[in-house]
Amino acid sequence: MFKRSFVSSLALAISLGTTALTAHAEGEQYFPLQSYRVGPYAAGGTGFFGGFIDYLKYVNANGGVNGVKLTWSECETEYVVEKGVECYERLKGGVNGAPAAATNPLSVGIAYATLDRSTADKLPLITINHGRTDSTDGSVFPYAFPLQLNPYSEVSAIINYIGQQAGGLDKLKGQKIVTLYHGSPYGKETNEVLKTLADKYGFALSLVEVPHPGNEQQSQWLNIRRDKPDWVILRGWGVMNPVALKTAQKVGFPANRIIGNIWSNSEEDAAPAGAAAKGFIAITTHPSGTAFPVLQGIKQEVVDKGQGDLADPKRFGTVYYNLGVVNGILNVEAVRIAQEKFGKQPLTGEQVRWGFENLKLDDARLAALGAKGLVQPLKLSCSDHEGGGAVRFQQWDGEKWNLISDWVQADRALLRPIIEASSHKYAAEKGITPRDCAKEA
Amino acid sequence: MEFFFEVLIGGLLAGVMYSLVAIGFVLIYKASGVFNFAQGAMVLFAALTFVSLLERGVPFWLAFLITLTTMVALALLIERAVLRPLVNLSPITLFMATLGLSYMIEGFAQALWGAQVHGLELGISDEPLEVGGMLLSQFDLFAAGTAAALVALLALLFNKTRIGLSLRAVADDPLAALAVGIRLQRIWAVVWAVAGFVGLVAGLLWGARLGVQFSLSLVVLKALPVLIIGGFTSIGGAIAGGLIVGAAEKLAEVYLGPFVGGGIENWFPYVLAMLFLLVRPAGLFGERAIERV
Amino acid sequence: MLYQEAGQFSTRYADDRRLFRLRQDRLGLALLLAFAFGAVPFLGNDYWFSAILIPFLVLSLAGLGLNLLTGYAGQLSLGSAAFMAVGAFAAYNFELRVAGLPLLASFLLGGVVAALVALLFGLPSLRIKGFYLIVSTLAAQFFVQWALTKFSWFSNDNPSGVITAPKLEILGADFGSPAGRYLLTLGVVAALFWLGHNLVRSELGRNWMAVRDMDTAAAVIGIPLLKTKLLAFALSGFFLGIAGALWAFTYLGTVEPHGFDLNRSFQVLFIVIIGGLGSILGNFLGAAFIVLFPLLLSNLAGLLPAGLIDAGQLENLQKIVFGALIIAFLIKEPEGLARLWRRLRERARLWPLRY
Repeated sequence: MFKRSFVSSLALAISLGTTALTAHAEGEQYFPLQSYRVGPYAAGGTGFFGGFIDYLKYVNANGGVNGVKLTWSECETEYVVEKGVECYERLKGGVNGAPAAATNPLSVGIAYATLDRSTADKLPLITINHGRTDSTDGSVFPYAFPLQLNPYSEVSAIINYIGQQAGGLDKLKGQKIVTLYHGSPYGKETNEVLKTLADKYGFALSLVEVPHPGNEQQSQWLNIRRDKPDWVILRGWGVMNPVALKTAQKVGFPANRIIGNIWSNSEEDAAPAGAAAKGFIAITTHPSGTAFPVLQGIKQEVVDKGQGDLADPKRFGTVYYNLGVVNGILNVEAVRIAQEKFGKQPLTGEQVRWGFENLKLDDARLAALGAKGLVQPLKLSCSDHEGGGAVRFQQWDGEKWNLISDWVQADRALLRPIIEASSHKYAAEKGITPRDCAKEA
Repeated sequence: MEFFFEVLIGGLLAGVMYSLVAIGFVLIYKASGVFNFAQGAMVLFAALTFVSLLERGVPFWLAFLITLTTMVALALLIERAVLRPLVNLSPITLFMATLGLSYMIEGFAQALWGAQVHGLELGISDEPLEVGGMLLSQFDLFAAGTAAALVALLALLFNKTRIGLSLRAVADDPLAALAVGIRLQRIWAVVWAVAGFVGLVAGLLWGARLGVQFSLSLVVLKALPVLIIGGFTSIGGAIAGGLIVGAAEKLAEVYLGPFVGGGIENWFPYVLAMLFLLVRPAGLFGERAIERV
Repeated sequence: MLYQEAGQFSTRYADDRRLFRLRQDRLGLALLLAFAFGAVPFLGNDYWFSAILIPFLVLSLAGLGLNLLTGYAGQLSLGSAAFMAVGAFAAYNFELRVAGLPLLASFLLGGVVAALVALLFGLPSLRIKGFYLIVSTLAAQFFVQWALTKFSWFSNDNPSGVITAPKLEILGADFGSPAGRYLLTLGVVAALFWLGHNLVRSELGRNWMAVRDMDTAAAVIGIPLLKTKLLAFALSGFFLGIAGALWAFTYLGTVEPHGFDLNRSFQVLFIVIIGGLGSILGNFLGAAFIVLFPLLLSNLAGLLPAGLIDAGQLENLQKIVFGALIIAFLIKEPEGLARLWRRLRERARLWPLRY
C-alpha cells in the first residue's frame, strides 16, 4: 500500500514540478515571494511579508500601478538557502504570462545564492537593509540592490550618532565602545569597518563574539562589565537580542547605553526581555507606528475589510510589518518609474531594474505616498544601489518604540572606497567587466 | 580573583539550567532506551502553551495545570502511537522516530499558537545581588533552587513509590521486569509524562530567560554534552555534568577565548565531553557495558 | 517473469565477481546511464536541473558517504555536514591558491582534506561506542563551523565569509550552464558510486560489516579494529567532502559555513535511514524522497483554493505531515526504501503467476 502511494506521489510531484501555483490573469505584474512563516525566524518573516502583501493589496485596491494590477504567490523557504533557491527557480519565470518584477528574499544566505542567477536571469534582487555590502556598487552588481542601508552605512551612522551624543565626532577620542556580534558571517561583516572608524576617530573598540544562536551570554557580559565601556553596539539576531538585554541587566549594565543594529530593532527583539529592555536604543530605517497616512490607508482598505495578511492583527504597525510596507513602496515605485519609460504594461525584470536604478523619492513624492518619516529620501543611480544610508534612532519604553532622533546620515564618502575595493576584487575573481556608469547616465 | 569566582559561579548556575533539560533525556533513556531528540520540542511546546494561556487571561496555576495535563496527554499519545509500534527496533531507528516527532511537535505548537515571540515574566526580579563584591543573579539562584526541588521530587518518586520501584526494575533489566509482571507500556507512559513535566519546568525557566520562541528548542544542543559527560542513565550525572559544562565553558570563554578569538562556547563543551569519554567511555555515572561474544 | 535470474551461469570466476552479475541489472543500468547522460540534458529545463536533479545527485553522494560509515561500519555520525563543509572550503582554496589546478583535481583534493579531518575526529571511536560516539562527530560539527567562520583566510577574507564558485571549466569546456552543471555533477557522482559499490564488496567492506555487527567479535577473529574504523571515517569523509564541494560549486554556486549546520547533518542521516542502512541504491531513493517530498507537499498545498488556510498554517501543516510520515515510515518499513525495492523485485520475478 505504502509503495503504491509513494510511486503515485512521485508521479504527481513530477507532473506538478513545473506548473504554476494559482491561476492569474494576464496583464498583471508578478512578485515572487520567497517567504518564511515557520522556523526560527518566522517572527520576522510573517511581519515582513505581511506588510509587503498588504501594501500590494492596498495598491490593487487603488487601481494598481497605472492600471496594471499586481499579483504574487508565496513559496516557503524556512530561511533555508537551498529551499530559497528552489523557490527562486520555481517562481522566477512569472505565472501565466505575468512577468516577475523582482525577488525579495529577506535572507542574506538566499540573496548570496541567487546573486549570480539573478544576473543571468535579468531579475533584480532586492536586499533591503541587508545583503552584500559591495553590491552597493552597481557597476559590478547590476541586478543587486541593498536598498536604503548596507551594513557599512549602518555602523557608520551609529558611530555618528554616538558622536552627536558626545557633542561632536572629535569627542569620540578616548571613548570605549564594545561591539557584541552574532558569531556568523552576518555578525562579522562590519568588524573591519569598525576598526577603520576606530582608527579615524580614536575610540577604543573591542569586538566580542556571541556564538550562534546566542542563548547564553554570561561570560561575554561579565567581560563587558569588567571593561566598563561607554556604549555597547548590539549586532544581534533572533534570540540573541533579548538574551543580551536580560544578561546586561543581570550584570548591571544600563540598557540605555546599548544600541541595537538593524536586526536588533523590532518589538520581537525587545519585548521578550521584559523590564530589562526599558531604555534600550536601536536604529531603524522604518519606524514603527500606525500614524503614517499610508498605514491608515492600508488599515482602511485592506485590514478593516478582513483581508489583512497578519494572523495576529496586533502586529499591525510593528517594525517588521512596516519594513514590509517600506519594501512594498520601494518595489512599486520602481515599477512605476520604469513604466514611465517602458509603457503602462507589465514589465520584465530587466525593465524594472531600470526603474530601481532611477528610483528617486524626494520629500514631495514621499508626502504624496503618505510615507513621510517612514521612508527616508532616496536616490539611486547606476553606481549607487543603496541610495539612502540614513537611520533614525528609537528607544524602547517597555511597551513600544519611540523615535528619539531625526535621520542620521552615514559617512558614505568615507565608505565608498572600501566598498569599491571589495567589489573590484569580486569582479576580478569572477571575471566581470564593470559597467561604465558615466555612459549610462 | 573576585572576577574568577564571579565567572565560576555564573557558570555553575548556567549549568543548572542545562541540567534541567538533560534530566528529561535521562528519564526517557533510562526507562525505554530512547534517545529522545524531541525533548527540545517538548520544552518549546510546554512553554508556548503556558504563555499563550497566560496571555489569554488564564491565572498562573490554572495555566500550569492545563499545560501539565496537555503534556501528559501528549506523553500518552506518543507512547501509544510511536513507541509501541517501534518496540524492539534498533536504537538508531528510535532516535530517528524522535526526530520526526520533534518536527511534528514543532509544527503543531506553531500551528496552534503562532510564530510570534512572547515575553514571559515569572515575577522574579533580576536585579543583581551583590555578595562579597560579586554579582549574583537572583533569577539564576531561583532556577537552581527549582532544579534542586525537582531532583528531590524525582528522587522521592523513584525511591519511595511503587511506580518508582517498577521504574528502577525496568531500567535495570526490561525482560526481567516483564517476567515479574511489570507492565512495560504503563511505565513508558509514566516516564514520558514525567519527562513532559520536567520539560514544562525547563520551558518556563528557559522561556523567562530567552523569551518564548522557536529557538527554545535549540537548548537541546546545550544539553547534549551535559548528558554525555554525566552518562545517559543517571540523574545525578546530569546535574554534575551540567555544573561541569557550565563552569568549564564560561571559564574557557573568559580565559581561553581571547587566545583563539572568542566564541568557543559552542564546541568547547563537546571537546570537553570527548576528553571525558576517553577516560570514562560511558560518562561519569553511566553504566559500563560488559561485552561478551 | 519480468525478472528472471535463472539460467544465467557464471562460467568464469571473473563473471562471478563482476559488479552486476545479472544481465537485467547490467542492461538496466546501461539504459539508465544512457538516459541520464544522453537524454536528460535535452529534456530537462532550468528548474529541473537547478532545483531538483543537482541537489538530488549531490545528496545521494552525501548519503553514500554517511552510509559507508553508519550503514556499513556501524559508527553513528552527526557530523556529516562538517565534512561536507571541509570539502567545499578546501576545494575552493585549492582552486583559488594553486593557479591552473584542474577543477576535478581540486574536488579530489577537497575530498582528501575532508578525509583527513574525518580521520582526526574518528580517533575516539576506538574507545567510545554507540550513542556516546555522537559527541565526537558533534564536536567536529561545531568546531569546523566555528573555525571556518573565525578564520577568514578560509573564505579568502570575504567580509561575509561566503565563498563563490570559480568558473566551471574542464579542459576548456564550460560547464556553467544548468545542463552543464548537471552533467558535471552526474559524472562525478556516477564515478564515485562505482567506487563506493566496489568498496563495500571488497575485503574492507566485509570487515566493516563484521565490525558493525559486533566489534568485539570482529576483533577476536583478527580484524584490525583500528585500521578498519579509521578507514571508514576517512573514506566517508572523502565522499562527503566531494559532495560538499559539489554542493558549493555546481548546486548553489556560493556557500557559507552556516549552510553546513547540524540540520544538514540530520538531513543526510534522514536520507540514509529512509533509503536504507547498508544499501547503495538506498542513497538514491532516500535522496529522492528528501528532495521531492517537500516539493510535492508544497505543490499540493498550492492546489488548494486560495484563502482556505492561510499561508503560515499551511507550512506548519507540512511540517506535521513530514514528521508523521517519517514516523509512519519507520514503523512500516524500518529497513528503508531499498527494502521496498527488493520486495518489488521479488514480486516481479513471480509476476504474473503468483506461485
